[in-house]
Amino acid sequence: MNEFLQQLINGISLGSVYALIALGYTMVYGVLRFINFAHGDVFMIGAFSAMFGHSLIKRSGLVMPDWLVALVVLTLSMVVGALLGTLIEKLAYKPLRERPRLTVLITAIGVSLLLEYVGQLVFGAAPRGFPSLIESKSLGGFGSLQLSSVQITVVLVSGGLLMGLRAIVMRTRMGLSMRALSLNPTAAALMGVNTNVVISFTFGLGSALAAAGGVFYASLYQAIDPFMGVLPGMKAFIAAVLGGIGVLPGAALGGVLLGVLETLVVGYSKVLGIPSGFRDAVAFLILILILLFKPTGLLGKAHREKV
Amino acid sequence: MLEVDCLEVAYGSIRALHRVSLRVDAGGICTLVGANGAGKTTTLRAISGLQRVSSGSVRFCGENITNLPPHEIVARGLLHVPEGRMIFTNLTVLENLRMGAYLRKDKSFIEKDFDFMFELFPRLREREKQVAGTLSGGEQQMLAIARALMGRPKLLMLDEPSLGIAPLLVRAIFEKIVEVNRELGLTVLLVEQNAHLALEVSSYGYVLETGNVLFQDRADVLRANPRVQEAYLGA
Repeated sequence: MNEFLQQLINGISLGSVYALIALGYTMVYGVLRFINFAHGDVFMIGAFSAMFGHSLIKRSGLVMPDWLVALVVLTLSMVVGALLGTLIEKLAYKPLRERPRLTVLITAIGVSLLLEYVGQLVFGAAPRGFPSLIESKSLGGFGSLQLSSVQITVVLVSGGLLMGLRAIVMRTRMGLSMRALSLNPTAAALMGVNTNVVISFTFGLGSALAAAGGVFYASLYQAIDPFMGVLPGMKAFIAAVLGGIGVLPGAALGGVLLGVLETLVVGYSKVLGIPSGFRDAVAFLILILILLFKPTGLLGKAHREKV
Repeated sequence: MLEVDCLEVAYGSIRALHRVSLRVDAGGICTLVGANGAGKTTTLRAISGLQRVSSGSVRFCGENITNLPPHEIVARGLLHVPEGRMIFTNLTVLENLRMGAYLRKDKSFIEKDFDFMFELFPRLREREKQVAGTLSGGEQQMLAIARALMGRPKLLMLDEPSLGIAPLLVRAIFEKIVEVNRELGLTVLLVEQNAHLALEVSSYGYVLETGNVLFQDRADVLRANPRVQEAYLGA
Protein backbone atom coordinates (compact mmCIF):
# COMPACT_ATOMS: atom_id res chain seq x y z
CA MET A 1 0.00 0.00 0.00
CA ASN A 2 2.75 2.42 0.96
CA GLU A 3 4.57 1.50 -2.20
CA PHE A 4 1.48 2.42 -4.17
CA LEU A 5 1.04 5.76 -2.38
CA GLN A 6 4.68 6.54 -3.00
CA GLN A 7 4.28 5.92 -6.72
CA LEU A 8 1.12 7.96 -6.70
CA ILE A 9 2.92 10.95 -5.19
CA ASN A 10 5.75 10.61 -7.68
CA GLY A 11 3.18 10.40 -10.45
CA ILE A 12 1.21 13.44 -9.32
CA SER A 13 4.32 15.62 -9.13
CA LEU A 14 5.39 14.58 -12.64
CA GLY A 15 1.80 14.90 -13.79
CA SER A 16 1.47 18.46 -12.56
CA VAL A 17 4.43 19.39 -14.77
CA TYR A 18 2.67 17.76 -17.73
CA ALA A 19 -0.47 19.65 -16.79
CA LEU A 20 1.32 23.01 -16.87
CA ILE A 21 2.69 22.31 -20.35
CA ALA A 22 -0.54 20.78 -21.62
CA LEU A 23 -2.47 23.96 -20.76
CA GLY A 24 -0.37 25.94 -23.21
CA TYR A 25 -1.08 23.48 -26.03
CA THR A 26 -4.76 23.55 -25.33
CA MET A 27 -5.04 27.34 -25.00
CA VAL A 28 -3.23 27.96 -28.27
CA TYR A 29 -5.36 25.31 -29.92
CA GLY A 30 -8.40 27.10 -28.54
CA VAL A 31 -7.64 30.43 -30.17
CA LEU A 32 -5.81 29.36 -33.34
CA ARG A 33 -6.81 25.71 -33.88
CA PHE A 34 -3.28 24.48 -34.33
CA ILE A 35 -0.72 22.60 -32.24
CA ASN A 36 2.30 24.66 -31.32
CA PHE A 37 4.98 22.00 -31.49
CA ALA A 38 7.62 24.48 -30.32
CA HIS A 39 5.90 24.56 -26.93
CA GLY A 40 8.16 21.89 -25.40
CA ASP A 41 11.19 23.98 -26.27
CA VAL A 42 9.80 27.00 -24.44
CA PHE A 43 9.71 24.61 -21.48
CA MET A 44 13.43 23.90 -22.04
CA ILE A 45 14.29 27.60 -22.30
CA GLY A 46 12.37 28.11 -19.06
CA ALA A 47 14.64 25.64 -17.28
CA PHE A 48 17.79 27.22 -18.70
CA SER A 49 16.63 30.73 -17.75
CA ALA A 50 16.13 29.51 -14.21
CA MET A 51 19.62 28.05 -14.12
CA PHE A 52 21.23 31.25 -15.40
CA GLY A 53 18.99 33.39 -13.22
CA HIS A 54 20.02 31.40 -10.18
CA SER A 55 23.75 31.66 -10.85
CA LEU A 56 23.34 35.40 -11.54
CA ILE A 57 21.73 35.94 -8.16
CA LYS A 58 24.36 33.83 -6.42
CA ARG A 59 27.22 35.71 -8.08
CA SER A 60 25.69 39.13 -7.43
CA GLY A 61 26.28 38.54 -3.74
CA LEU A 62 22.75 39.59 -2.80
CA VAL A 63 21.66 37.93 0.38
CA MET A 64 18.15 36.60 0.10
CA PRO A 65 16.30 33.83 1.86
CA ASP A 66 16.09 30.64 -0.22
CA TRP A 67 12.37 30.88 -0.82
CA LEU A 68 12.77 34.39 -2.23
CA VAL A 69 15.56 33.25 -4.54
CA ALA A 70 13.33 30.43 -5.76
CA LEU A 71 10.44 32.85 -6.30
CA VAL A 72 12.57 35.38 -8.19
CA VAL A 73 14.08 32.64 -10.36
CA LEU A 74 10.66 31.17 -11.13
CA THR A 75 9.21 34.58 -12.01
CA LEU A 76 12.18 35.41 -14.18
CA SER A 77 11.91 32.21 -16.14
CA MET A 78 8.15 32.65 -16.59
CA VAL A 79 8.73 36.17 -17.94
CA VAL A 80 11.41 34.89 -20.32
CA GLY A 81 9.03 32.11 -21.40
CA ALA A 82 6.19 34.56 -21.99
CA LEU A 83 8.39 36.87 -24.06
CA LEU A 84 9.74 33.98 -26.10
CA GLY A 85 6.24 32.62 -26.72
CA THR A 86 4.86 35.93 -27.96
CA LEU A 87 7.97 36.51 -30.05
CA ILE A 88 7.62 33.09 -31.73
CA GLU A 89 3.99 33.87 -32.51
CA LYS A 90 4.83 37.30 -33.94
CA LEU A 91 7.72 36.15 -36.11
CA ALA A 92 6.74 32.64 -37.15
CA TYR A 93 2.96 32.16 -36.96
CA LYS A 94 1.35 35.56 -37.44
CA PRO A 95 2.59 36.00 -41.01
CA LEU A 96 0.91 32.67 -41.81
CA ARG A 97 -2.46 33.54 -40.23
CA GLU A 98 -4.37 33.30 -43.52
CA ARG A 99 -2.52 30.22 -44.73
CA PRO A 100 -3.64 26.59 -44.41
CA ARG A 101 -3.18 25.23 -40.92
CA LEU A 102 -0.77 22.59 -42.12
CA THR A 103 1.67 25.32 -43.13
CA VAL A 104 1.65 26.70 -39.61
CA LEU A 105 2.01 23.22 -38.13
CA ILE A 106 5.11 22.50 -40.19
CA THR A 107 6.49 25.91 -39.28
CA ALA A 108 5.99 25.03 -35.61
CA ILE A 109 8.10 21.91 -36.06
CA GLY A 110 10.73 24.11 -37.73
CA VAL A 111 10.71 26.56 -34.83
CA SER A 112 11.04 23.64 -32.43
CA LEU A 113 14.13 22.29 -34.21
CA LEU A 114 15.57 25.79 -34.42
CA LEU A 115 15.26 26.32 -30.67
CA GLU A 116 16.72 22.90 -29.90
CA TYR A 117 19.78 23.27 -32.10
CA VAL A 118 20.43 26.90 -31.25
CA GLY A 119 20.14 25.72 -27.65
CA GLN A 120 22.74 23.06 -28.34
CA LEU A 121 25.02 25.66 -29.95
CA VAL A 122 24.71 28.10 -27.07
CA PHE A 123 24.34 25.85 -24.03
CA GLY A 124 26.31 22.84 -25.30
CA ALA A 125 24.98 19.33 -25.80
CA ALA A 126 26.04 17.86 -22.48
CA PRO A 127 23.47 17.79 -19.68
CA ARG A 128 24.04 20.35 -16.96
CA GLY A 129 23.30 20.12 -13.30
CA PHE A 130 20.31 22.15 -12.19
CA PRO A 131 20.71 24.02 -8.89
CA SER A 132 18.47 23.05 -5.98
CA LEU A 133 16.03 25.92 -5.74
CA ILE A 134 14.14 24.14 -3.05
CA GLU A 135 16.13 22.46 -0.34
CA SER A 136 15.65 18.78 -0.91
CA LYS A 137 14.77 17.04 2.29
CA SER A 138 12.47 14.37 3.40
CA LEU A 139 9.41 15.68 5.17
CA GLY A 140 9.42 12.52 7.16
CA GLY A 141 6.62 10.26 6.30
CA PHE A 142 4.33 7.55 7.29
CA GLY A 143 6.06 4.23 7.62
CA SER A 144 8.10 3.73 4.50
CA LEU A 145 6.28 6.54 2.67
CA GLN A 146 8.65 9.37 1.89
CA LEU A 147 7.44 12.88 1.14
CA SER A 148 10.09 14.97 -0.56
CA SER A 149 9.98 18.71 -0.09
CA VAL A 150 10.63 19.21 -3.81
CA GLN A 151 7.71 17.07 -4.89
CA ILE A 152 5.32 18.70 -2.47
CA THR A 153 6.41 22.20 -3.48
CA VAL A 154 6.06 21.35 -7.18
CA VAL A 155 2.53 20.03 -6.68
CA LEU A 156 1.45 22.97 -4.51
CA VAL A 157 2.91 25.71 -6.70
CA SER A 158 1.55 24.06 -9.85
CA GLY A 159 -1.86 23.92 -8.21
CA GLY A 160 -1.56 27.60 -7.38
CA LEU A 161 -0.67 28.46 -10.96
CA LEU A 162 -3.65 26.48 -12.24
CA MET A 163 -5.93 28.42 -9.88
CA GLY A 164 -4.40 31.66 -11.10
CA LEU A 165 -4.97 30.65 -14.71
CA ARG A 166 -8.56 29.75 -13.97
CA ALA A 167 -9.10 33.15 -12.37
CA ILE A 168 -7.65 34.91 -15.41
CA VAL A 169 -9.74 32.92 -17.88
CA MET A 170 -13.01 33.06 -15.96
CA ARG A 171 -12.91 36.43 -14.21
CA THR A 172 -11.03 38.95 -16.32
CA ARG A 173 -11.96 40.84 -19.45
CA MET A 174 -8.98 39.33 -21.26
CA GLY A 175 -10.13 35.86 -20.22
CA LEU A 176 -13.61 36.54 -21.53
CA SER A 177 -12.18 37.66 -24.85
CA MET A 178 -10.01 34.52 -24.99
CA ARG A 179 -13.08 32.38 -24.53
CA ALA A 180 -15.04 34.41 -27.06
CA LEU A 181 -12.22 34.17 -29.58
CA SER A 182 -11.96 30.42 -29.20
CA LEU A 183 -15.72 30.05 -29.70
CA ASN A 184 -16.02 32.31 -32.72
CA PRO A 185 -13.16 34.51 -33.95
CA THR A 186 -15.34 36.46 -36.38
CA ALA A 187 -17.95 37.30 -33.78
CA ALA A 188 -15.24 38.27 -31.29
CA ALA A 189 -13.76 40.70 -33.82
CA LEU A 190 -17.24 42.14 -34.41
CA MET A 191 -17.53 42.84 -30.68
CA GLY A 192 -14.39 44.95 -30.88
CA VAL A 193 -11.89 42.33 -29.67
CA ASN A 194 -8.44 42.99 -31.09
CA THR A 195 -7.72 39.40 -32.02
CA ASN A 196 -3.99 39.92 -32.44
CA VAL A 197 -3.63 41.19 -28.88
CA VAL A 198 -5.61 38.26 -27.47
CA ILE A 199 -3.60 35.74 -29.48
CA SER A 200 -0.31 37.27 -28.25
CA PHE A 201 -1.59 37.22 -24.69
CA THR A 202 -2.62 33.58 -25.01
CA PHE A 203 0.82 32.59 -26.28
CA GLY A 204 2.45 34.56 -23.49
CA LEU A 205 0.32 33.01 -20.80
CA GLY A 206 0.73 29.45 -22.09
CA SER A 207 4.47 29.89 -22.52
CA ALA A 208 4.89 31.28 -19.00
CA LEU A 209 3.22 28.13 -17.65
CA ALA A 210 5.47 25.93 -19.81
CA ALA A 211 8.53 27.77 -18.48
CA ALA A 212 7.34 27.19 -14.93
CA GLY A 213 6.88 23.53 -15.86
CA GLY A 214 10.47 23.50 -17.07
CA VAL A 215 11.73 24.84 -13.75
CA PHE A 216 9.74 22.21 -11.83
CA TYR A 217 10.80 19.36 -14.09
CA ALA A 218 14.44 20.41 -13.72
CA SER A 219 13.99 20.62 -9.95
CA LEU A 220 12.65 17.07 -9.87
CA TYR A 221 15.37 15.57 -12.09
CA GLN A 222 18.22 18.02 -11.42
CA ALA A 223 19.67 17.87 -14.91
CA ILE A 224 18.86 19.90 -18.02
CA ASP A 225 19.89 19.79 -21.67
CA PRO A 226 18.69 21.44 -24.89
CA PHE A 227 16.59 18.42 -25.86
CA MET A 228 14.90 18.01 -22.50
CA GLY A 229 11.68 19.50 -23.89
CA VAL A 230 11.10 16.94 -26.62
CA LEU A 231 9.57 14.07 -24.67
CA PRO A 232 7.75 16.07 -21.96
CA GLY A 233 6.45 18.27 -24.77
CA MET A 234 5.07 15.28 -26.67
CA LYS A 235 3.60 13.82 -23.52
CA ALA A 236 1.96 17.06 -22.51
CA PHE A 237 0.46 17.20 -25.99
CA ILE A 238 -0.90 13.70 -25.39
CA ALA A 239 -2.20 14.85 -22.01
CA ALA A 240 -4.04 17.71 -23.72
CA VAL A 241 -5.61 15.32 -26.22
CA LEU A 242 -6.42 12.87 -23.43
CA GLY A 243 -8.30 15.55 -21.49
CA GLY A 244 -9.94 16.99 -24.59
CA ILE A 245 -8.03 19.47 -26.72
CA GLY A 246 -9.24 23.03 -26.20
CA VAL A 247 -10.70 22.24 -22.77
CA LEU A 248 -8.63 23.80 -19.96
CA PRO A 249 -9.66 21.53 -17.05
CA GLY A 250 -9.14 18.61 -19.44
CA ALA A 251 -5.51 19.52 -19.96
CA ALA A 252 -4.89 19.65 -16.22
CA LEU A 253 -6.67 16.35 -15.65
CA GLY A 254 -4.96 14.68 -18.61
CA GLY A 255 -1.55 15.83 -17.36
CA VAL A 256 -1.98 14.41 -13.89
CA LEU A 257 -3.50 11.16 -15.19
CA LEU A 258 -0.68 10.64 -17.65
CA GLY A 259 1.98 11.35 -15.02
CA VAL A 260 0.42 8.88 -12.62
CA LEU A 261 -0.06 6.13 -15.23
CA GLU A 262 3.48 6.49 -16.45
CA THR A 263 4.94 6.35 -12.96
CA LEU A 264 2.83 3.35 -12.01
CA VAL A 265 4.01 1.45 -15.08
CA VAL A 266 7.62 2.08 -14.09
CA GLY A 267 6.98 1.33 -10.43
CA TYR A 268 5.20 -1.93 -11.11
CA SER A 269 7.14 -2.96 -14.20
CA LYS A 270 8.09 -6.31 -12.65
CA VAL A 271 4.56 -7.12 -11.56
CA LEU A 272 3.04 -6.02 -14.86
CA GLY A 273 5.73 -7.70 -16.89
CA ILE A 274 6.37 -4.50 -18.83
CA PRO A 275 10.02 -3.41 -18.88
CA SER A 276 10.34 0.02 -17.28
CA GLY A 277 11.94 1.29 -20.48
CA PHE A 278 8.45 1.16 -21.97
CA ARG A 279 7.27 4.14 -19.92
CA ASP A 280 7.29 6.39 -22.98
CA ALA A 281 5.42 3.81 -25.03
CA VAL A 282 2.61 3.95 -22.47
CA ALA A 283 1.94 7.59 -23.26
CA PHE A 284 1.80 7.01 -26.98
CA LEU A 285 -0.35 3.93 -26.54
CA ILE A 286 -2.81 6.13 -24.65
CA LEU A 287 -2.76 8.61 -27.52
CA ILE A 288 -3.59 5.86 -30.01
CA LEU A 289 -6.37 4.48 -27.83
CA ILE A 290 -7.89 7.92 -27.25
CA LEU A 291 -7.81 8.76 -30.94
CA LEU A 292 -9.43 5.42 -31.74
CA PHE A 293 -12.15 5.35 -29.13
CA LYS A 294 -12.78 8.87 -27.82
CA PRO A 295 -11.15 11.44 -30.09
CA THR A 296 -12.78 14.33 -28.22
CA GLY A 297 -10.91 13.34 -25.04
CA LEU A 298 -12.22 12.78 -21.53
CA LEU A 299 -13.82 16.18 -20.99
CA GLY A 300 -14.26 17.23 -24.61
CA LYS A 301 -17.69 17.43 -26.14
CA ALA A 302 -18.33 16.75 -29.76
CA HIS A 303 -20.19 19.90 -30.73
CA ARG A 304 -21.98 20.50 -33.92
CA GLU A 305 -21.91 23.92 -35.46
CA LYS A 306 -25.38 25.39 -35.46
CA VAL A 307 -26.10 27.44 -38.51
CA MET B 1 -23.85 58.63 -42.16
CA LEU B 2 -22.45 55.77 -44.22
CA GLU B 3 -21.19 56.31 -47.74
CA VAL B 4 -19.98 53.39 -49.80
CA ASP B 5 -18.35 54.40 -53.03
CA CYS B 6 -17.56 52.11 -55.98
CA LEU B 7 -16.80 49.16 -53.73
CA GLU B 8 -15.07 46.19 -55.34
CA VAL B 9 -14.43 42.90 -53.58
CA ALA B 10 -12.86 39.79 -55.06
CA TYR B 11 -12.53 36.28 -53.67
CA GLY B 12 -9.40 35.14 -55.45
CA SER B 13 -10.10 35.71 -59.13
CA ILE B 14 -13.86 35.79 -58.66
CA ARG B 15 -15.30 39.25 -58.36
CA ALA B 16 -18.08 39.39 -55.81
CA LEU B 17 -18.87 43.10 -55.93
CA HIS B 18 -18.63 45.38 -58.96
CA ARG B 19 -18.47 49.03 -58.03
CA VAL B 20 -21.28 48.99 -55.48
CA SER B 21 -22.19 52.44 -54.21
CA LEU B 22 -24.74 53.20 -51.56
CA ARG B 23 -25.46 55.64 -48.79
CA VAL B 24 -27.30 55.29 -45.55
CA ASP B 25 -28.74 58.45 -44.02
CA ALA B 26 -28.93 58.96 -40.28
CA GLY B 27 -32.12 57.89 -38.57
CA GLY B 28 -33.58 55.64 -41.24
CA ILE B 29 -33.81 51.97 -42.03
CA CYS B 30 -32.13 51.10 -45.29
CA THR B 31 -32.44 47.70 -46.94
CA LEU B 32 -30.38 45.70 -49.38
CA VAL B 33 -32.50 43.10 -51.10
CA GLY B 34 -31.47 40.56 -53.68
CA ALA B 35 -31.24 36.87 -54.39
CA ASN B 36 -28.66 34.46 -53.00
CA GLY B 37 -25.20 35.36 -54.23
CA ALA B 38 -26.13 38.91 -55.15
CA GLY B 39 -23.42 40.27 -52.88
CA LYS B 40 -25.48 41.46 -49.92
CA THR B 41 -23.49 39.69 -47.23
CA THR B 42 -20.22 40.53 -48.95
CA THR B 43 -21.18 44.21 -48.90
CA LEU B 44 -21.76 44.13 -45.14
CA ARG B 45 -18.57 42.15 -44.52
CA ALA B 46 -16.60 44.68 -46.55
CA ILE B 47 -18.09 47.58 -44.59
CA SER B 48 -17.33 46.03 -41.20
CA GLY B 49 -13.77 45.09 -42.13
CA LEU B 50 -14.21 41.31 -42.23
CA GLN B 51 -13.58 41.24 -45.95
CA ARG B 52 -10.75 43.07 -47.69
CA VAL B 53 -11.83 45.65 -50.21
CA SER B 54 -9.84 45.65 -53.47
CA SER B 55 -10.95 49.13 -54.53
CA GLY B 56 -13.44 51.81 -53.65
CA SER B 57 -14.05 53.41 -50.29
CA VAL B 58 -16.21 53.21 -47.19
CA ARG B 59 -16.80 56.40 -45.20
CA PHE B 60 -18.54 56.43 -41.85
CA CYS B 61 -19.54 59.73 -40.21
CA GLY B 62 -17.21 61.51 -42.61
CA GLU B 63 -14.22 59.32 -41.84
CA ASN B 64 -12.57 56.91 -44.25
CA ILE B 65 -12.75 53.45 -42.66
CA THR B 66 -11.87 51.36 -45.73
CA ASN B 67 -9.94 48.22 -44.77
CA LEU B 68 -9.56 49.13 -41.11
CA PRO B 69 -9.46 46.04 -38.87
CA PRO B 70 -12.93 45.08 -37.56
CA HIS B 71 -12.28 46.07 -33.94
CA GLU B 72 -11.41 49.63 -34.95
CA ILE B 73 -14.59 49.92 -37.00
CA VAL B 74 -16.64 48.67 -34.03
CA ALA B 75 -14.96 51.31 -31.87
CA ARG B 76 -16.39 53.99 -34.19
CA GLY B 77 -19.95 52.83 -33.52
CA LEU B 78 -20.62 50.68 -36.56
CA LEU B 79 -21.88 47.27 -35.46
CA HIS B 80 -22.58 44.23 -37.56
CA VAL B 81 -24.88 41.36 -36.61
CA PRO B 82 -23.48 38.71 -38.94
CA GLU B 83 -25.30 36.13 -40.98
CA GLY B 84 -26.00 33.02 -38.93
CA ARG B 85 -26.06 35.11 -35.73
CA MET B 86 -22.67 33.89 -34.47
CA ILE B 87 -23.54 34.08 -30.82
CA PHE B 88 -21.03 32.57 -28.39
CA THR B 89 -22.71 29.23 -27.88
CA ASN B 90 -20.76 28.14 -24.79
CA LEU B 91 -21.14 31.45 -22.95
CA THR B 92 -24.25 32.39 -21.01
CA VAL B 93 -26.76 34.90 -22.30
CA LEU B 94 -25.40 37.49 -19.87
CA GLU B 95 -21.80 36.83 -20.88
CA ASN B 96 -22.80 37.25 -24.51
CA LEU B 97 -24.30 40.64 -23.68
CA ARG B 98 -21.18 41.55 -21.74
CA MET B 99 -19.11 40.74 -24.82
CA GLY B 100 -21.29 43.19 -26.72
CA ALA B 101 -20.21 45.92 -24.33
CA TYR B 102 -16.59 44.85 -24.69
CA LEU B 103 -15.23 48.26 -25.68
CA ARG B 104 -17.32 50.30 -23.26
CA LYS B 105 -15.83 51.77 -20.12
CA ASP B 106 -19.00 53.16 -18.50
CA LYS B 107 -19.59 50.29 -16.08
CA SER B 108 -22.72 51.61 -14.37
CA PHE B 109 -24.48 52.29 -17.66
CA ILE B 110 -23.65 48.82 -18.91
CA GLU B 111 -25.66 47.38 -16.03
CA LYS B 112 -28.58 49.63 -16.95
CA ASP B 113 -28.34 48.53 -20.56
CA PHE B 114 -28.62 44.88 -19.51
CA ASP B 115 -31.98 45.78 -18.00
CA PHE B 116 -32.95 47.67 -21.11
CA MET B 117 -32.16 44.64 -23.28
CA PHE B 118 -34.20 42.40 -21.02
CA GLU B 119 -37.14 44.80 -21.31
CA LEU B 120 -36.76 44.84 -25.06
CA PHE B 121 -36.49 41.04 -25.25
CA PRO B 122 -38.17 39.60 -22.11
CA ARG B 123 -37.40 36.05 -23.25
CA LEU B 124 -33.72 36.76 -22.77
CA ARG B 125 -34.25 37.69 -19.14
CA GLU B 126 -35.77 34.26 -18.48
CA ARG B 127 -32.66 32.71 -19.98
CA GLU B 128 -30.08 35.07 -18.48
CA LYS B 129 -27.90 32.38 -16.89
CA GLN B 130 -28.46 29.80 -19.60
CA VAL B 131 -25.75 28.82 -22.06
CA ALA B 132 -26.60 30.58 -25.31
CA GLY B 133 -26.30 27.43 -27.44
CA THR B 134 -29.45 26.07 -25.80
CA LEU B 135 -31.60 28.95 -27.06
CA SER B 136 -33.99 28.54 -29.97
CA GLY B 137 -33.11 30.10 -33.32
CA GLY B 138 -35.36 33.09 -32.72
CA GLU B 139 -33.99 33.67 -29.23
CA GLN B 140 -30.47 33.44 -30.57
CA GLN B 141 -31.31 36.11 -33.12
CA MET B 142 -32.72 38.32 -30.36
CA LEU B 143 -29.54 37.75 -28.39
CA ALA B 144 -27.39 38.61 -31.40
CA ILE B 145 -29.27 41.89 -31.86
CA ALA B 146 -29.22 42.70 -28.14
CA ARG B 147 -25.51 41.91 -28.01
CA ALA B 148 -24.83 44.38 -30.80
CA LEU B 149 -27.05 47.00 -29.15
CA MET B 150 -24.94 46.64 -25.98
CA GLY B 151 -22.15 48.28 -27.97
CA ARG B 152 -24.29 51.45 -28.27
CA PRO B 153 -24.01 51.59 -32.05
CA LYS B 154 -24.60 54.63 -34.21
CA LEU B 155 -25.32 52.34 -37.12
CA LEU B 156 -26.48 48.75 -36.84
CA MET B 157 -26.04 46.36 -39.75
CA LEU B 158 -28.24 43.27 -39.69
CA ASP B 159 -27.57 40.35 -41.99
CA GLU B 160 -30.61 38.14 -42.65
CA PRO B 161 -32.29 38.42 -39.26
CA SER B 162 -35.13 36.17 -40.50
CA LEU B 163 -32.90 33.27 -41.56
CA GLY B 164 -33.98 29.95 -40.06
CA ILE B 165 -36.50 31.46 -37.68
CA ALA B 166 -40.14 30.54 -37.10
CA PRO B 167 -42.34 32.91 -39.17
CA LEU B 168 -44.17 34.14 -36.09
CA LEU B 169 -40.91 35.26 -34.48
CA VAL B 170 -39.70 36.91 -37.68
CA ARG B 171 -42.44 39.50 -37.44
CA ALA B 172 -41.73 40.03 -33.73
CA ILE B 173 -38.05 40.60 -34.45
CA PHE B 174 -38.82 43.06 -37.23
CA GLU B 175 -41.10 44.96 -34.87
CA LYS B 176 -38.21 45.22 -32.42
CA ILE B 177 -35.94 46.51 -35.16
CA VAL B 178 -38.48 49.22 -35.97
CA GLU B 179 -38.84 49.96 -32.25
CA VAL B 180 -35.13 50.57 -31.65
CA ASN B 181 -34.98 52.61 -34.84
CA ARG B 182 -37.84 54.87 -33.74
CA GLU B 183 -37.11 55.12 -30.05
CA LEU B 184 -33.34 55.21 -29.95
CA GLY B 185 -33.01 56.95 -33.29
CA LEU B 186 -30.72 54.14 -34.32
CA THR B 187 -29.80 53.96 -37.99
CA VAL B 188 -30.19 50.49 -39.47
CA LEU B 189 -28.76 48.86 -42.57
CA LEU B 190 -30.68 45.68 -43.23
CA VAL B 191 -29.89 42.80 -45.53
CA GLU B 192 -32.80 40.52 -46.13
CA GLN B 193 -34.02 37.83 -48.50
CA ASN B 194 -37.55 38.37 -47.31
CA ALA B 195 -37.83 41.49 -49.45
CA HIS B 196 -41.51 41.90 -48.71
CA LEU B 197 -41.05 42.39 -45.02
CA ALA B 198 -37.81 44.31 -45.35
CA LEU B 199 -39.20 46.92 -47.73
CA GLU B 200 -42.27 47.28 -45.55
CA VAL B 201 -40.24 48.53 -42.58
CA SER B 202 -37.59 50.43 -44.54
CA SER B 203 -37.43 53.98 -45.75
CA TYR B 204 -34.96 53.36 -48.57
CA GLY B 205 -33.82 50.31 -50.48
CA TYR B 206 -31.25 48.95 -52.87
CA VAL B 207 -31.71 45.94 -55.10
CA LEU B 208 -28.52 44.00 -55.70
CA GLU B 209 -27.96 41.53 -58.49
CA THR B 210 -24.71 39.64 -59.11
CA GLY B 211 -22.60 42.23 -57.40
CA ASN B 212 -24.24 45.29 -58.95
CA VAL B 213 -26.81 47.77 -57.71
CA LEU B 214 -29.79 47.19 -60.01
CA PHE B 215 -32.28 49.66 -58.55
CA GLN B 216 -32.31 52.10 -55.70
CA ASP B 217 -35.17 54.19 -54.46
CA ARG B 218 -37.53 54.95 -51.61
CA ALA B 219 -38.85 51.70 -50.24
CA ASP B 220 -42.47 52.40 -51.23
CA VAL B 221 -41.38 53.23 -54.78
CA LEU B 222 -39.41 50.00 -54.99
CA ARG B 223 -42.39 48.03 -53.78
CA ALA B 224 -44.46 49.54 -56.53
CA ASN B 225 -41.83 48.82 -59.20
CA PRO B 226 -43.21 45.97 -61.36
CA ARG B 227 -39.81 44.46 -62.03
CA VAL B 228 -38.96 44.37 -58.34
CA GLN B 229 -42.39 42.91 -57.64
CA GLU B 230 -41.90 40.21 -60.20
CA ALA B 231 -38.37 39.24 -59.22
CA TYR B 232 -38.33 39.69 -55.45
CA LEU B 233 -41.82 40.13 -54.10
CA GLY B 234 -43.34 37.16 -55.83
CA ALA B 235 -46.22 39.22 -57.17
